[in-house]
Parts: sequence; C-alpha cells; structure tokens
Amino acid sequence: MAFQVLKRRKKRAPKKRNPDRGFLAFENTSEVIKAESIIRTHGWKVNVMGPPPELRTGCDLVIEFPLVEQLNILRLLEEKSLSPLAVVPVDDPLLKPVDLFFTTDYGQHLMVRAANMKLTVDKEALTIVNVSGGGCPDVPFLGAKLVGKNLRQAPSPREIGHTLCGYALHLAYEEMRRQCLLS
Amino acid sequence: MLAIVGTVPEEDFPMLEGTAVLRNDSLFLRGHEASINRGTPALIAAASVACDTLGVSPPISLLAGDEGVGHGSRKLYEHLKTQLPGLAAEVITFHYLQPDVDWHNRILLALEEKGKLPLLIADAGYMYAAKMSGFAPCYDLFTPDIGELAFLADEMAPHPFYTRGFILHEEQRVPDLIQRAYDGENGAKTLLIKGAIDYICTKERVLATVDTPSVATLEPIGGTGDTVTGIVAALAVAGYPVSDAAIMAAKTNRLAGQMADPTPATQVFEIINKIPRALEDVLQQDANRRHSAALG
Repeated sequence: MAFQVLKRRKKRAPKKRNPDRGFLAFENTSEVIKAESIIRTHGWKVNVMGPPPELRTGCDLVIEFPLVEQLNILRLLEEKSLSPLAVVPVDDPLLKPVDLFFTTDYGQHLMVRAANMKLTVDKEALTIVNVSGGGCPDVPFLGAKLVGKNLRQAPSPREIGHTLCGYALHLAYEEMRRQCLLS
Repeated sequence: MLAIVGTVPEEDFPMLEGTAVLRNDSLFLRGHEASINRGTPALIAAASVACDTLGVSPPISLLAGDEGVGHGSRKLYEHLKTQLPGLAAEVITFHYLQPDVDWHNRILLALEEKGKLPLLIADAGYMYAAKMSGFAPCYDLFTPDIGELAFLADEMAPHPFYTRGFILHEEQRVPDLIQRAYDGENGAKTLLIKGAIDYICTKERVLATVDTPSVATLEPIGGTGDTVTGIVAALAVAGYPVSDAAIMAAKTNRLAGQMADPTPATQVFEIINKIPRALEDVLQQDANRRHSAALG
C-alpha cells in the first residue's frame, strides 16, 4: 500500500513540501554564513536559500534546518553569540509555538501542561514528581534528569534538552516556576 | 510475533535487537539494563507482561540509546531499513524515535516491498513522523493523547509544539478534532485517543469511549500512555481485532492504574506491576460479554 501510495503521491502535488524543516532568519547575510558553517560543522544537514514571502524579517537569505532539533541548534548558536531573528516552520512560517498553559491542581500536587508536555510538582516540597507527554527521545531523558529534583535546583530543560518536546517542557517548567513564585 | 522499536534515554546504550527480560523495575537485553520507568522500556515492559498473560511469545525489541540528539535514532533507522522487513513480524509498534520523515518513508517502503504490510502501530515521535509524511492511513493504529490529537487535526503543524492556537486541547472538542484529523488524511485506520475519556474511533465513527474507572491522577504519571500502547500491541498480536484490542487496552490501563492507587507522584512501574491482574479481569469481562451475546 505504501509503495502504491508513494507512487500515487508522485503523480499529484505533494500535500506538504518540507513538513519537518524550519527556517532560521538572521539580521544580515554574514550572520547567515557564520551560522550555516557552525551548524554544518556539528553534523546537521542545512540549506541556505531565499526566504518565503510570508517571512517578513531578516535579510534575503535564510537557513533551512531540521525543525525538531531547534533547541539543540539554538543553544549551539547562542554559545557562538548568534541569535536568529525568527525561527519558523518551512511549510507555514506564520505558525507560532503553542503559548497556552493548562494547570491542574491535585491538592498536594500541581501539573502544568505546555503543548504536549506536562510537568508535575509537589507544592510543598517543590519536588518534581513526574514528567509526562511528548514523543521526542529527549522526553524520557529529561524525565530521568528532572524527576526527584527540587524545582529550585533542577536543571532547565532548555539547557539539557534537545528537541521541540524539550522546548515545550521548558515552557511548562518556566510556568511552573512562575506559579510557584520562584521567578 | 510483536516487534517494538524505540529508544532508551542513555547515549551509550548500544543498538540491540532481541527479547528483553523484565526483572523488578528494569529490562535486561543482551547484558544491558534499562529502567522501565519511562519511554520505550515502559512500553516493552507493559507489552511483555500482557503477552505473558495472554500466553503469546514476548516481544522482540529493537532499541538504541538516544538522549534526544538523534544519533541513536538514525543508527536504528538504518538498521530497520535492512533488518525489519526480514523479521516477518505480524505487529510492529514504533515509539520514541527522533521524528524524521525521510527515514520514515524509507522504512515504510522497505516493509511494503517485502509484501503485505504487517499491522502497524505508531505512538510518540514515530507517530509525528508518520503524520508529517502524509502516510498516516498506512497505519493500523495511532495512540495520541489530546494534545497530539490536536496536532493530527492541524494539517499544517510540523510538531505538537507548533499546533495552531485556535485548536485548544479541550476534551469536549475531541469529536471535532477526530473529524479534522481524518479530513486531512492524518489519522491511522484506528485511533485510540488517551484522555479523561478514551476514544476509540475509525474514519467512519467513534466505536467506543472508555471512561471508567476514572483515575484523574493517572494523567501526570509519565509512561501511562506508553503502557496502554504496549497492552494494545500485545492484544493485537494475540489476535484481537485492532478496535477490540484498543478498547480492552484502555480498560486494562485504567484498571491497572486504579489497582496501583496512584498519586501524581506514582512511578509507572507500580502500574505495570498491576497489568497482569487488570488484563485478566478485562479478559474475563470480555468472555462474559461474548457468552451473554451467544446466549442471545
């Protein structure tokens, strides 16, 4: 069926062009060239191209990159003092990250959900008791690193995570810290 | 035979294939140990105890270490392309892998070239890749939670992180989201949607909802979605039709959760320990129902 579907797909316009790719937009071309070189050196496949019309920021070049690894790549660029002006999905540059938080109060415990990721803490001890949701391989890794740690001392998912799920967990972590009056 | 494909959250865990043995809260595979408290090991553990209860062979695991950088996932993708078709598994469950559409398509094609596709189940990262590829209808079952259903329903979203704001993850909107997912050809043949109410549906209709026992404290526990996917995979390889397997798995997972008397701090191994007893209860209920139906 898949082969048949693959053949059938070739005959019609593809539904999605680059569903797992994103664009990094920078202030100027020299930043683009520098960022491309840094990212390539670390083994990621990236392309430099003209921006789509919807992306009305930055210079006339953008870097196309594997979107799911956004957190890793942004951290790498940050270490080299490079900050993109915008990070957007290729297929729809107008899509924005989920910015809604859902909080569930279980009495002794509080759960915050951001996108597909949930973080739960003991409200008195401020111990992270569970991490759930998500589908990228750093989710179980982040769970192993965070569960049992105090919210005050736990590493930020942004620092140790790698993927978009890691990024979503970071948002839940920040919101949890805000709600627990730590930041 | 059931094959389970996924990752272990340790960078130095090698790529391994074989039958994992469950001992206490760890899995052992070819001399390597992995905690069953999260990720694919939780799914394997749940599937293993369910297979044991059902009297079918334990699953074959295909695992690689990956903390999210993607190196282990890519090694595993490469291995799968050449080795998975030859395994002749009747059911394959894909789980935590770095979503990669190109690799996903190569593996689907390799399986297709071998002949009839096995029964395909996808959860977590592999489900994201399957949706993005546009080949979701090739899969027999996806097991999303509500947030992931919103992602399936948003035809443009490349990841749940970018699911559009207008699609709120509200339980009462589940039927609408199911419709959107299928309208966009982003649903598997059957969906088991995990939430306060579990929905089992096909493109045509909602087949069943499961909402008892209601255990609110299961949602925060990492791995409870993985266990339900493991149980449904075991039931499928035991010969239950996918929709029946999904309904029974949803009931079993809830019952096992209730038996563990959980708090939001409970770890998933405590629930996995209860799966055999819960599954026996659900199998008995199913036998009773069939008996009553046969009597008219």
